[in-house]
Amino acid sequence: MSTVAVIDYGMGNLHSVAKALEHVANGERVVVTHEAEKIRAADRVVLPGVGAMRDCMHEIRRLGIDTLVKEVVADGKPLLGVCVGMQALMTFSDENNGVECLKILPGHVAYFGDDLHDPNTGERLKIPHMGWNQVHQTFDHPLWYNIEQDARFYFVHSYYVEPVDIGMIAGSAQYGLAFTAAISRANVFATQFHPEKSQHDGLQLYKNFLNWDGRV
Amino acid sequence: MGLAKRIIPCLDVDNGRVVKGVQFVEIRDAGDPVEIARRYDEQGADELTFLDITASSDDRQTMVHVVEQVAGQVFIPLTVGGGIRTVDDIRRMLNAGADKVAINTAAVFNPEFVREAAEKFGSQCIVVAIDAKRVNAEGEADKWEIFTHGGRKPTGIDAVEWAVRMVDYGAGEILLTSMDRDGTKIGFDLALTRAISDAVNVPVIASGGVGNLQHLVEGVTEGRADAVLAASIFHFGEHTVGEAKQQMQQAGIEVRV
Repeated sequence: MSTVAVIDYGMGNLHSVAKALEHVANGERVVVTHEAEKIRAADRVVLPGVGAMRDCMHEIRRLGIDTLVKEVVADGKPLLGVCVGMQALMTFSDENNGVECLKILPGHVAYFGDDLHDPNTGERLKIPHMGWNQVHQTFDHPLWYNIEQDARFYFVHSYYVEPVDIGMIAGSAQYGLAFTAAISRANVFATQFHPEKSQHDGLQLYKNFLNWDGRV
Repeated sequence: MGLAKRIIPCLDVDNGRVVKGVQFVEIRDAGDPVEIARRYDEQGADELTFLDITASSDDRQTMVHVVEQVAGQVFIPLTVGGGIRTVDDIRRMLNAGADKVAINTAAVFNPEFVREAAEKFGSQCIVVAIDAKRVNAEGEADKWEIFTHGGRKPTGIDAVEWAVRMVDYGAGEILLTSMDRDGTKIGFDLALTRAISDAVNVPVIASGGVGNLQHLVEGVTEGRADAVLAASIFHFGEHTVGEAKQQMQQAGIEVRV
């Protein structure tokens, strides 16, 4: 029986993530944990996260999750980052006056800005970017299986990922500017949106993750 | 292509049962929050808000079970309000599966609680609920004040200033209810909604007074709300969430369909 570990570092929306995974699981076991053995034993790993980046990175390091996540990536196991879990994979975040992140994917995490406007309508855009926005799939990926082009997913965030290599952008969305909604490199996939709160399409993405062997 | 305006059905829960009457044609037992949540989810609700109106704090544990059950079956954002007074209250609701909590009275009595909550859990899950009532006489400049205890107790606090302060303290969203309009079915207080929405840089949910689908449209176009909340027009089967979205779409508003 295959196992998916949802990493618990005390900062996550991990109950929602675990419930959504359990909902679509087809025999897979869902484990919420920060224990090294359990994470190492898992076939797939999810790194969730909400809240402030500095606190998240502090807990990730304190619990030794930084080295574990790097192991998972090096071992070729499928890894899914969600929201702050996606941002944590990058080099550096501008949040909290600057925070060093896991440096697994080159790039940084930027703030939307307090004076954001829709370039077409001139409408002022609020921060956080909160609600359902369309995600444009930039290339085919096993995690997009059965999800329509430009489907809507639920977002809630004030910072977004800017990868050095734009070829890693698997999905983009518009909010005053085009920003990275999903990122992919080899066995790593990560979403800025919350699949666990994105109804059918979000559940489909989790189902796709449970079926993914980590290859593109 | 961009962010959709949200439609949020609101359920009042008393001791684990939805009250104020919710009726769906196909459901016999319409007081069950899980059933009702599922139905709104199927209709395309963008989020759900549960307001715990249980009088006794002993019964609050019941709400935790409700949230747990709903969160296990409905995969859209859930907000829980009513009786959120401590960091432990928030943690309990988030652990049960809520994505956001709405803080109302406790924020008025102890504004620092909002700051503490936002620092601990992140602004994205802290909604400050504001119950406002118009206090200016006719012909005078618009002025609204904050009321607590379901609109019964005046505080003397200016509603617009309060909203700005709460965002400064870390609120990630404002749930704005007009106490003058609540239950009247004559539409939102659009001037109030616009005044607050223009004053803050976080999303504002308009609430109180919805009697028809056009009111929802006006909340967005004239009130500049980012989301609209309604209870009775959906509860009694007068309209579905899908019909509401259709009307908004026809008015040129971007919605999730």
